[in-house]
Amino acid sequence: MQQAINALLIGISNGFIYSLMALALVLVWRSTRVINFAQAGQAILSTYIAYEIVTRTDNFILAFIGGVIAGALVGAVVEILLMRTLFKHVSDGPVAALAPVIASLGLLGLIRSIIGMVWGNDQKPFFPPVSTNGFTFGSTTIPFSRMNLLIVLGAATVMIIFTLIFQKSNLGLALRAAAFQPEIARLAGVRVGAIRTIGWVFAGTAGAVAGILISPNDAITPYSLDSLLIFGFVAAVIGGLESLTGAVVGGLTLGIGLSFILTYIGTSLIFPATFVVLALVLLIRPQGLFGSKAARNA
Amino acid sequence: MSGLTVKDLVVDHGAITALNGISFTVEPGQLAAVIGSNGAGKTTLLRTLSGLKQASGGSAQWIGENILGKKPENLVRHGISHVSEGKSVIPELTVAENLALGGIWRKDKKDVAAVTKEVLELFPRLGERLSQRADTLSGGERQMLAVGRALISRPKLILLDEPSLGLAPLVIEQIFHTIDQLRHKLGLTIVLVEQNAMSALRIADIGIIINLGKIVATGTATELINNPALHAAYLGY
Ligand SMILES: Nc1ncnc2c1ncn2[C@@H]1O[C@H](COP(=O)(O)OP(=O)(O)OP(=O)(O)O)[C@@H](O)[C@H]1O
Ligand SMILES: [Mg+2]
Repeated sequence: MQQAINALLIGISNGFIYSLMALALVLVWRSTRVINFAQAGQAILSTYIAYEIVTRTDNFILAFIGGVIAGALVGAVVEILLMRTLFKHVSDGPVAALAPVIASLGLLGLIRSIIGMVWGNDQKPFFPPVSTNGFTFGSTTIPFSRMNLLIVLGAATVMIIFTLIFQKSNLGLALRAAAFQPEIARLAGVRVGAIRTIGWVFAGTAGAVAGILISPNDAITPYSLDSLLIFGFVAAVIGGLESLTGAVVGGLTLGIGLSFILTYIGTSLIFPATFVVLALVLLIRPQGLFGSKAARNA
Repeated sequence: MSGLTVKDLVVDHGAITALNGISFTVEPGQLAAVIGSNGAGKTTLLRTLSGLKQASGGSAQWIGENILGKKPENLVRHGISHVSEGKSVIPELTVAENLALGGIWRKDKKDVAAVTKEVLELFPRLGERLSQRADTLSGGERQMLAVGRALISRPKLILLDEPSLGLAPLVIEQIFHTIDQLRHKLGLTIVLVEQNAMSALRIADIGIIINLGKIVATGTATELINNPALHAAYLGY
């Protein structure tokens, strides 16, 4: 019983991180129809900036804010400098669908080499702001720590803010309208170009939060968020790729599912298990948990 | 000052010339019916006037200002609203959100609220379905929603692309009646694209008949209705 509760708690903590990465991927997919591999690079760059701030100031809150702002800015720069230019030059045919994906892969490499030049490729210790030792109740210590609690609270806060923006504000309405029907959105007066950039900014923010929250458990390298990209992508697909709620539920499903598999079966199975979870969901619901068949065809 | 003035308009879709030198004028407050068979170029005309499509030649002005090459999101701020072909609503959003979208760019939120109220009085069925997703509406209700959304931007010129498409005859009569009412009440200038030629001409001031990208006849609606030569070829009976 205790073991199951532990698995659940760790699963939720990891799941929230996957959810954030999934949100980042879904936001970009919805607004520009790009699977953004560079998201791992954007997030790790933001994390390095947070790392730099935390090593200089020893202030995690400042580092968090700085890293998130960096994530937002990098998102905007990538959309404006790279994606807009690409879309301007190739607007039709298979190349138009493929070029941005290839460009995002190239960008991922570029960001890693920039990080390598600035910070080096060796591991950097990202000191946790709060204890990573599990909470102790009486004589039992559980694996869930203060850091895990911070992860859950931080990620949940970001998600609540996103939900409020998307569901309650005019900006959110414009973001959704532009994602679903850009042409009708434009006819209604939405500046779809600017709104797309904002979609990338939100994605950059979510990715940065994920990177900054997960890294204090570990050391960082230019490659250390690559597996998070895969988990985030799987979570996004489980959630239906179109839906923000789906991304969150997909991330939690994956996080909790993996945590149980690791607890009861074994740690060497993490990647195979990821794809087993993905395959199971897609076998039962090919459109993902929150996707519609129509959306998948569009 | 004249309303909508289109001169020698040429629009291509790649190698296909959809509009090949179109000229006409619609005075402020007039309703112009644009009629023509499938592929005549009607939708292309409206898409060009609302900024969705680039023209290759000619000019188009709305109250003295050039509108070609402008973006739709800017033209709507200058009073041009386009209700595009095939139920111009966002299916994934609720009725209320679709309506709110129409006023999203406007600063005068008080007036947005006022005009939304007017729209709901005009189409009470929308008011009963505010929290329903637009894809759960019937075809007629969707068309009402599309027109309602356009009205919330307080347009001066409305471009309507086949509002009767796929609707039952009774609903079509209602929609045409509403369009007629609206323009008198709000002093709108309307370009109405229709295949339902007679219904459209009955509420129109002028008619423009296009075929294969060229104007084959223009005149007052009465003239066109009473021209027997046009009936068999373009007006459908
Ligand atoms: N995106 C496009 N790409 C290529 N050709 C197009 C495109 N849109 C329209 N056309 C062509 O331009 C011509 C005019 O099309 P348009 O849609 O303007 O006709 P329409 O009068 O609105 O017809 P309908 O009554 O069927 O809606 C047609 O020959 C059509 O095939
Ligand atoms: Mg048409």
